[in-house]
Amino acid sequence: MLHEVLLVARKDLRVEWRSKVTIGQVAPLALLVLVVFAFAFDANARLLGLGAGGLFWVAVLFGGTLLIQRAFDLETDDGNFDAFRMSTIGAPSLFLGKSLGVFIQVVLLELVLGPGVALLYDVRIDDWFLLLAAALAGTVAFSVCGVLWGVMAAGVRVRATLLPLLLIPVLAPVLLAGSRAFETAFGVRAEAGWTWASVMFVIAAVHTAIGVGTFGFLLEEG
Amino acid sequence: MSTVVDFHKVVAVAGGFPVLAGLDIEIAPGEIVHLRGSNGVGKTSFLRACAGLIPIRAGEANVLGFDMRVDRRAPRRYIGLLGHENHLYTDLWVREHLEFRASVVGASEGDVGAALRRVGLSERLWSVPIERLSAGQRRRVAIASVLISRPQLWLLDEPHAALDSEGREFLDGILIDAASSGATVVFASHERDVLKSVASREVTLRGGRLWEDSGAA
Repeated sequence: MLHEVLLVARKDLRVEWRSKVTIGQVAPLALLVLVVFAFAFDANARLLGLGAGGLFWVAVLFGGTLLIQRAFDLETDDGNFDAFRMSTIGAPSLFLGKSLGVFIQVVLLELVLGPGVALLYDVRIDDWFLLLAAALAGTVAFSVCGVLWGVMAAGVRVRATLLPLLLIPVLAPVLLAGSRAFETAFGVRAEAGWTWASVMFVIAAVHTAIGVGTFGFLLEEG
Repeated sequence: MSTVVDFHKVVAVAGGFPVLAGLDIEIAPGEIVHLRGSNGVGKTSFLRACAGLIPIRAGEANVLGFDMRVDRRAPRRYIGLLGHENHLYTDLWVREHLEFRASVVGASEGDVGAALRRVGLSERLWSVPIERLSAGQRRRVAIASVLISRPQLWLLDEPHAALDSEGREFLDGILIDAASSGATVVFASHERDVLKSVASREVTLRGGRLWEDSGAA
């Protein structure tokens, strides 16, 4: 199974490597979102510092949704959805492989956005360990939720607009938990950041289990 | 296995429309079946039903010995499907795409080169992004993708589309070789004359049912 998971993820990453969509288009666009937020808050350093965690996750949500869209466009362009369904790779492996591919691309996106937040919003990090744990949990949760809902929208003609409509409400708890955990890590909120990070790990685990169990059915009915 | 495809009074519905309306057909191993009929008579739907991509609503349907009403996914590992579209990852290089398909079915790197040579795709194109290829060259890559999986049942929808005369000869040779090695080929095409030399049987559909069958007793 691990071989199949890596096969699917490697294929998606190779497509990304050839097309450079994440680095060339999505990351700059998400960075622009951070800049626009800075303008919207009138470059108020205190306000931006307080909201930096939330703004980071909003930018991840925005860019990540495009990446998930892209991950399924690969499988639907040129009639590929049939080949995807006909694949001899097991549905759980397809789900985990797609999730791993999205996860790595979102991590790349975050590696661009992180310094952007630090630079634009003048953020000081109090708890690196919490920050990294929350980023990991949030990114895993984002990836598995995205792939789970992405496949539901994949077979639909209006998927470009349907996916964000489905995904954003589902990811709202991740956005909330990620923001709170980051605010604690940035030292602007004294609340239990680890509790929020744990919430994201639970969301990730639940959606992984649902994805592994239902991806085959969703693929057939898509 | 005496039949590869065994449909008896099969009804399949897609988008609320009965695309197969009581289809009866049996296809034996090694046959090359040319599906004919006007647009919308159910040729593509028949191929998709054989691949398990359309659920069977009524009747009895067995493909490669698997009951399609019980598990329509089961025979897919033995089937090679080529639809109207090419099922290609167009950002990848030709070789990369084939290597992925080969890895999925457990074929070797040597099989990749052999398949690309078999469809007559020049070696200088192997390291070119698929999106830069012409329509005919893409079709050849798509055929190589099916070839590499060595399917027991080939399901091809307008396989000659976009191919030049050389490409058509390559494809016809591949189909004849596949059938002679025991595989079964079912293809839908409007190009009757071109395919007469290839097909061992002609089947005409009308209204989602069998209309004419050159192989009927």
